[in-house]
Amino acid sequence: MHNETSHHYFVPDPSRWPIIGAVALFALGLGASFTVNGIAAGKFGLLLGVLILLWMLFGWFGDVIRESLSGRYQRREDASFRWGMSWFIFSEVMFFAAFFGALFYVRTISVPELGNEQHQLLYPGFAASWPLATGPGISATYQAMGPWGLPAVNTLILLSSGATLTWAHWGLLSGLRWRLVFGLGLTVVLGALFLGLQIYEYAHAMNELGLSLASGAYGMTFFMLTGFHGLHVLLGAIMLAVVWLRVLRGHFNAEHHFAFEAAAWYWHFVDVVWLILFVFVYWL
Amino acid sequence: MTAIDSALQPAHDTAHGHHAKPSGITRWLFATNHKDIGSLYLWFAFSMFIFGGVLALCIRAELFRPGLQFWQPELFNQFTTLHGLIMVFGAIMPAFTGLANWMLPLMIGAPDMAFARMNNWSFWLLPPAALLLLISFAVPGGAAAAGWTLYAPLSTQMGMGMDLTIFAIHIMGVSSIMGSINIIVTILNLRAPGMTMMKMPMFAWASLITAYLIIAVMPVLAGVVTMVLTDRHFGTHFFNAAGGGDPVLYQHIFWFFGHPEVYIMALPAFGIVSHIIPTFSRKPLFGYTSMVYATSSIAILSFMVWAHHMFTTGMPATAQLFFMYATMLIAVPTGVKVFNWIGTMWQGSMSFETPMLFAIGFICLFTVGGLSGVTLSIAAIDIQLQDTYYVVAHFHYVLVAGALFSLFAAVYYWFPKMTGRMYSEFWGKFHFWWSLLWFNVTFFPMHFLGLAGMPRRIPDYNMQFTDFNTMASVGAFCFGLGQLIFFANMLHSLRHGRPAAAKPWEGADTLEWQIATPAPYHSFVEAPDLEVGENGRIDAMHGGKHH
Repeated sequence: MHNETSHHYFVPDPSRWPIIGAVALFALGLGASFTVNGIAAGKFGLLLGVLILLWMLFGWFGDVIRESLSGRYQRREDASFRWGMSWFIFSEVMFFAAFFGALFYVRTISVPELGNEQHQLLYPGFAASWPLATGPGISATYQAMGPWGLPAVNTLILLSSGATLTWAHWGLLSGLRWRLVFGLGLTVVLGALFLGLQIYEYAHAMNELGLSLASGAYGMTFFMLTGFHGLHVLLGAIMLAVVWLRVLRGHFNAEHHFAFEAAAWYWHFVDVVWLILFVFVYWL
Repeated sequence: MTAIDSALQPAHDTAHGHHAKPSGITRWLFATNHKDIGSLYLWFAFSMFIFGGVLALCIRAELFRPGLQFWQPELFNQFTTLHGLIMVFGAIMPAFTGLANWMLPLMIGAPDMAFARMNNWSFWLLPPAALLLLISFAVPGGAAAAGWTLYAPLSTQMGMGMDLTIFAIHIMGVSSIMGSINIIVTILNLRAPGMTMMKMPMFAWASLITAYLIIAVMPVLAGVVTMVLTDRHFGTHFFNAAGGGDPVLYQHIFWFFGHPEVYIMALPAFGIVSHIIPTFSRKPLFGYTSMVYATSSIAILSFMVWAHHMFTTGMPATAQLFFMYATMLIAVPTGVKVFNWIGTMWQGSMSFETPMLFAIGFICLFTVGGLSGVTLSIAAIDIQLQDTYYVVAHFHYVLVAGALFSLFAAVYYWFPKMTGRMYSEFWGKFHFWWSLLWFNVTFFPMHFLGLAGMPRRIPDYNMQFTDFNTMASVGAFCFGLGQLIFFANMLHSLRHGRPAAAKPWEGADTLEWQIATPAPYHSFVEAPDLEVGENGRIDAMHGGKHH
C-alpha cells in the first residue's frame, strides 16, 4: 500500500470492462427478445450475456477493490461514491414507484370503474372487488395471499436483518471484529432465509391458491411487486455476502469501509420497500 | 496493449494515475477521458441524427402527395415510430450528454467526470441499443409501429420488433441514468475552490437539473415498458380491461416519464443559450439568479402536468382543469428565461457569429413552439387539436428549432476549444440561414394542416391537405440537405480550419476559455483557485495544472 499525498482526484486508466459490459447487455437484450418469442437460439444469447456480465463484474470490481486497497480513494473520491450510491438508490425508488402507481391505479380507478353501471353492458356479472375475482381475462379461480402467516414472519426476518446489519456496523466502527463478522454473516443468513421463504410462499400461491401472473389485476401486481422486490433482496444479499468475504480478508477499517455502507444503504432501502409492500400488497 | 495491461494492474502505475494520450482504437473503446467520451457521444448523436433524419425524409417523401407512393402503411408507421425514438434517445439526449461530458469539467475546474470508467459504459451502451432498434426492422413483423409513445394496446400486440424496442429502451435507460449520476456527482463534488453553486455556469445548472429529471423518470419508463413486456408474454393484464387493467394506465405512467422528458431535451438548451447570448452581447447574463430558480421551477412543475397529453382519453373535468392550469403555469418560468435573454441583449454590443445566430434563432422559434404549447394546454382547444399536425408542428418547433438549434449553436461555439481550429464562418452562417428558412417551410404549414384537421401518423390524406404537405416535404428535403453543409464544414475545419486562439470570442468569460486551445488532454489535474462571478464568470484564476 502506498499513501497518496497529493490531492489529485483519482481518474482511472483506460479500462476494457465497460465495453465488455456493453457486449454483455447486447447479448442479454437480443437473447431475451428471442427467448420471449420462442426462438431457441435466444437461450444461448442469455447464457452468453450472463457469463460475460459476470466476467465483467468480477474484473471491474476487482479493479475497484485493488484501487481501494492501494489507497487511491481519499475523501473526495469517497464523497463521490456516497453521492453516486444515493442517486442510484433514488433511481430504484422511482422504478418501484411505477409499479406501486400501477397498483394504486387499478385498485382505486380501473377496477371500480369496470364495475360501474356503464360497464355492466360490456362485462355482465363483473364484480368490482379486491382481490379481483371476476373478469373475462381471468380464467382460473384463486385465493388471495393473507398477510398474517408467512408474510408477517418474513417482515420480522427482514426487519431483524436490518437490526443485525446496524449491529455489525457498530462493531466495525468500534473495532469489535467478531461482532462485525457475526452480525454481517447473520444478516446474509436472514436475507437468504427471507428468499427461501419467499420461494416457498410462491409455490404455495401457485399450487394451492391458484395464483399466477395471469390472475388478473391482483395476481399481476402481487407477483410483479414481490418479484422485483425479491430480485432486489437477492442483489442486496449478494452485495452483503461479497462485503462479508472482504471483511474476512480484512479489507475494512473503522474509517475506510464505504463498500460496507453502500451495501447497507441498499439493504435498508430494500427493507423499506418491503414494509410498503407488506401494507399495500398483503395487508390492505 | 499498454492500455490493457495498465487497466488490469491499476495499482502498479504512477501515483498520479495519468498516462500519455492513449492511441489507436483502444483510445476510444477503453476511454476514461471525458473529452474522448464526449467526442464519442457527439459523433454517435450525429450519426443517429442522420439515421433519424433519413427516416423523417422517408415520411415526408410518402406525404409529398396524397395516395400511397413508396411504403405500405405498416412500414410508414415503423418509420414514424423509429424516427421519434431515435431522435429522442439516440440524437438529442446523447448530444447533450456529450456536451456535458466535454464542457462540464472544463467549466467548473474538475479533472474529469466523477466516475470516468462508468462514463465509458454509459456511452458504449448506446451503440448496442441502437443496433437492437436497427435489427428490429429485419425481424418478422418489422420494427415497432406504435408511435414513439408505444401506447398500449398497440404495443401489447405487435411482433418481435416491439420486444427488441423494449430491451433497447432498457439499455438506453441504464446508459442515461449512469450518465446522469456522473453529471450530478461531478457538479456536486468536483467544483474547483471558489466555484460555488450560485456562481456556477448556467450550463452546469441546466445539466444538473436535467440529470435529476433523468434519474427520476427513466426508471419509470423502464417500469412501464416492463409492464408492456409482461402483458405481451407473461399473461399480466396491466393494460387490458379483461383482467382489471386499463390501457389509460399506460398513458399515465408513460407521460409521467414523458413530460419531464420534454424538459430533459429543453433545459440543457436553455443552459447553452444562457452562455452564448451573453458572450456575443458582451454583457453579463441578465437575472442569473432568476434563471436558476426558473430552471428549478420548470423541473418541479414538469412532474405535475403529464395528463395534458391525455385530455381526450377521459378524465374528470376537475383533473382536466388542474392539468390545464398547471401546464399554463410553466409558461411563467419559461417566460422569465426569454425575458432574461432579451434583457441580456438589450443595449449590448452585439455581434452575430454563427453560434449567436443559432441562439437568437432558438429564442424566436422556441417561443413560437412555447406559445403553440400554451394553446394546446387549453383543454377545450386540445380536444380539437389532439393528434393532429398542430401537435407535430408544436413539438418540432421546440425540438428542432429548440433543442437541435441550441446543439448547433453549442457545437459552433465550443468547436475552437474542442479542436483548436476555427470552423468556416461563411458556411456556418449559410447553414444557419438555410436551416432557418427550410425549417419554417417544413413545419409552419403543419400548424395550418393541424387546424384544418389533418391527423398525424397517417401515410395518406385527403386531397385538401395536398399543398401544405407538398410544401412541408420540399422544406424537409432542403433542410436535410443543409445538414450536409454542417457536416462538411465540421469535417473540413477539423483538419484545415484556421488555428483558433485560446479565447476566440471576445465576450466569453467562463473557465473553459482560460485554458489553452485545444483544451489539454488532461485539464485541471490540479484544481485551480478561482474568483468567480455569476454565471461562471472568472475574475481571477490561480494555479491549476494540465498535461
